[in-house]
Amino acid sequence: MPVDRETVRRIARLARLAVDEGQVAAMETELNALLTWVQQLEEVNVEGVPPMTSVVEQRLKMREDMVTDGGYAGDIIKNAPLAENHFFVVPKVVE
Amino acid sequence: MSVAPARNTKLIEGATGAWEIVIGMEVHAQVSSKSKLFSGAATEFGAEPNSQVSLVDAAMPGMLPVINRYCVEQAVKTGLGLKAKVNLHSVFDRKNYFYPDLPAGYQISQYKQPVVGEGEIHIDLASGESVRVGIERLHLEQDAGKSLHDQHPDLTYIDLNRAGVALMEIVSRPDMRSSEEAAAFLRKMRAILRYLGTCDGNMEAGSMRADVNVSVRRPGAALGTRCEIKNVNSMRFIVQAVEFEARRQIDILEAGGSIRQETRLFDSKNGETRPMRSKEEAHDYRYFPDPDLLPLTFEQTWVDELAKALPELPDEKKLRFMQAGLSAYDAAVLVGEKEAADYFEEMVREGAEAKAAANWLNNEYFGRLNKAGLTISSGPISAKAASLTVSLVASNVISGKIAKELTDIIWREGGDPREIVERLGLRQVSDTAAIESAVDAVIAANPDKVEEVKAKPKAAAWFVGQVMKATQGKANPQVVNAILRRRLNLPDEG
Amino acid sequence: MARASDPTRFTIAEARDALATKDISARELAQAHVDAVARARSLNAFITETPDHALSRAAQSDARIAAGEARPLEGIPLAIKDLFCTQGVRTTAASRILDNFIPTYESTVSQNLWDAGALMVGKTNLDEFAMGSSNETSYFGPVTNPWRARGRNDDLVPGGSSGGSATAVAAHLALGATGTDTGGSIRQPAAVTGIVGLKPTYGRCSRWGIVAFASSLDQAGPMTRTVRDAAIMLKTMASHDPRDSTSVDVPVPDYEASLGRGVAGLKVGIPKEYRIDGAPPEIDELWKRGVEWLRAQGAEIIDVSLPHTKYALPAYYIVAPAEASSNLARYDGVRYGHRASGVSDLTGLYERTRAEGFGREVRRRIMIGTYVLSAGYYDAYYLRAQRVRTLIARDFADVFQRCDVLLTPATPCPAFAVGAKTADPVSMYLNDVFTVTVNLAGLPAISVPAGLSHDGLPLGLQIIGKAFDEATVLRAGRAIETAADFRAAPQDWWRSA
Ligand SMILES: [Mg+2]
Ligand SMILES: [Zn+2]
Repeated sequence: MPVDRETVRRIARLARLAVDEGQVAAMETELNALLTWVQQLEEVNVEGVPPMTSVVEQRLKMREDMVTDGGYAGDIIKNAPLAENHFFVVPKVVE
Repeated sequence: MSVAPARNTKLIEGATGAWEIVIGMEVHAQVSSKSKLFSGAATEFGAEPNSQVSLVDAAMPGMLPVINRYCVEQAVKTGLGLKAKVNLHSVFDRKNYFYPDLPAGYQISQYKQPVVGEGEIHIDLASGESVRVGIERLHLEQDAGKSLHDQHPDLTYIDLNRAGVALMEIVSRPDMRSSEEAAAFLRKMRAILRYLGTCDGNMEAGSMRADVNVSVRRPGAALGTRCEIKNVNSMRFIVQAVEFEARRQIDILEAGGSIRQETRLFDSKNGETRPMRSKEEAHDYRYFPDPDLLPLTFEQTWVDELAKALPELPDEKKLRFMQAGLSAYDAAVLVGEKEAADYFEEMVREGAEAKAAANWLNNEYFGRLNKAGLTISSGPISAKAASLTVSLVASNVISGKIAKELTDIIWREGGDPREIVERLGLRQVSDTAAIESAVDAVIAANPDKVEEVKAKPKAAAWFVGQVMKATQGKANPQVVNAILRRRLNLPDEG
Repeated sequence: MARASDPTRFTIAEARDALATKDISARELAQAHVDAVARARSLNAFITETPDHALSRAAQSDARIAAGEARPLEGIPLAIKDLFCTQGVRTTAASRILDNFIPTYESTVSQNLWDAGALMVGKTNLDEFAMGSSNETSYFGPVTNPWRARGRNDDLVPGGSSGGSATAVAAHLALGATGTDTGGSIRQPAAVTGIVGLKPTYGRCSRWGIVAFASSLDQAGPMTRTVRDAAIMLKTMASHDPRDSTSVDVPVPDYEASLGRGVAGLKVGIPKEYRIDGAPPEIDELWKRGVEWLRAQGAEIIDVSLPHTKYALPAYYIVAPAEASSNLARYDGVRYGHRASGVSDLTGLYERTRAEGFGREVRRRIMIGTYVLSAGYYDAYYLRAQRVRTLIARDFADVFQRCDVLLTPATPCPAFAVGAKTADPVSMYLNDVFTVTVNLAGLPAISVPAGLSHDGLPLGLQIIGKAFDEATVLRAGRAIETAADFRAAPQDWWRSA
């Protein structure tokens, strides 16, 4: 089985998803089912096959260096759950 | 990784013997662009909170990045300035981690395929020694926003004005061996960026920041475990941080302990480094190519055009200055600050002889500026006035002693040195009649000294001094000397 | 005009003519749909109804029509999938995490529609963040398919993720709707609700302002009752957008004009890998019928092979969750959307906010995506999947040397009962087995209603085309539509007085 419960907890932590112990076992089963299913890709010979980076056949578009945006702090914080004089606000972060 | 051999001059003594410091650096240089790397918001420093933030920078749902051509150009130019390999195909990746000043939950950066590969920088030390420091890579990436922790006891405030600003991350090889080399590296890097105009190098405003990787080892031994020191944002702090950190590591090792690889924060208040809480958790950035962007590709011909248009860089300027007769060290000092080099070149254009101009700057002017806390650009003396002063000495119009006096005057009051010399009658006197009478007067007044000098001719210097005093320093010392020797019929010195 | 009695029976083309000839006013047309939406709440097709928006825009449209300044979609009532950000109108992605998010901006695609004169009757329900094939993962509850099996009354799913849009069109609550298709989210619900769904070439429609699920796969497209209507809508939805680095700068042809050209001489490939065991025989029979319809209209039928087809779904379920795990990192409760209360440390705030805000399927995919990108697994999963993706794209490139389009079934089965597949994710994912390949290769494809299952539920056929050749895809789709002459319609059992 690709993942054990410790891995489930580690991945949930990386993804910033709270999981209570009750869910861990269920998640372990689900993830293993899915990961086992996708492992059929191991049958495919991908020797020397480049990974797809983009399905569009074109060059990266570039902008000119001009100030064309910004200047609406009000809109930026409009939907914020917590803001104070145009700052977003979060619990104290310790560096 | 190839690591430069120990340079024994740099070893530091511990209780149990010699240690070698090994230093590598990651420099984050803000591209001198008007707008951000992937959005059209402004990059100016010190604006109102979140006023220079676009929907893209705030990672609103459905927002997409579009790259700034100018930023790509500056990265390539910088690569060329570092004599580095420019990659015609590079890839933008997402570096995933959660932090409140990183709105999207990922930073768009370049991981496996940076836009610029290996290059090098040469640094000049006070000893006259020149050291090569390898550049591993340069890549483009987004800056994060700003977290303000000091506004509220239990809240952090987030301003995204910096979020998305274009940075060039330049990574050096661990080729530095002392705090002096580290500072010299950063100074040289700053000079190159400023010559190229790709970054303003303003460390106070944070447009140039350095993370310093420090480890210690016994000379010649394998690399030790390194600690990354963040937030080292001045030349002075680099020296402090490296020295504190090296000493800390040596003490641990000599006490039989081992170094824990960690990210540490430099605290400029007490000149110490301490572990960063926020970096304690082991990171797994899950890099993968950003599907909102395509690979960054361009032609060699475009790179060649940029190369042709590249301005003269510090090393080339230094060489040119040396060909003009300057010592390697004088030349290095002058090119270190672009403004100083420009000032020097203007002095020469205004007619000053190169070596004399360099001496005046290094021995006379820089000292005054430092004392007054001024810079070459904020200093009171124009390059033209400086050039005239130096030329007046060279053409024997005034003596070196008077030159100092003259410099005092133009420092205080400005004005045209030639005009001042005339007005205050500072011209040095070379007309023999006047000097002969002065010499005769001194000889007549000091018969005893005359005997002395006849006994040991070296003492003639005393007479020269007296005559100079009598002429308020205006007499041409060579002429005085010649006349004295004739009057006291002393042998000419070889 | 006959249909004026019930304007919701119009196609977009018919409504366009009726408005032009003033047989009906935009106001009447809008009102009829606003009322239909209100009477169909039992279907739960809409998350947000916007009657005021529809009626005020309709008034403006009548003024323009009177002034002879009608635009291509003047006065046409549309439903917008609630994944498109709409300025001043709550946008949810059917997730609790967006809470009461009200965008200050309008997605490029919806803006294109408004600039062409269309009006919005509401924002349609979907699987949360478009992750699903049955519209059962919505925080706002499941959508009910207007269709019911012959002689039965139990609720069926409308497919997903664009289940609300499919239902709105099938139930005549709008003349057309926008959808997004990441692995089949337009074509699969279209097929099981008896309507037309077109997934354009990746890069044809701008992704700017559409809540991202999997950036390299997402593509917006029209959902309509006829192929002609799909052509009309696509013409307006498609555009080159300088704000989307993956939007492609190619001319947008007049799709409607090329519809009539028929399929005589068209080379139609039949990929044998789309015949899968376990699929009900009626799917295969419908497919055979489709082949005969096209041959009868002069198309040349060619048997082809797409050898890596069976690996498309597993590759998709690595690539899509990986991109999603990163795209959904921005939902952290700091700048907008839901934020857990009573948490005093930052990590706790993130973990609680996201655990509360995301539903089970979304959390599952974030976990998978985070895992396949994590240190030590990237090469084995993500990198390998992207290589397989290259092989899948090559398969298509090869067959398109010899074919103009491909004909396949759209789905392996008709609409199924609510709850039938929620227990087993993989069985749910298999609904996209015929549609997902196209997303991995970025190609255009259309699903056209072609017949009924043994118990009277709609089934669709899929036409796959070359990149940016939607015109030919639509032409072939039109040929299927003509031959199938699909007239069946659901009884409107859902109407409340
Ligand atoms: Mg770094
Ligand atoms: Zn960096």
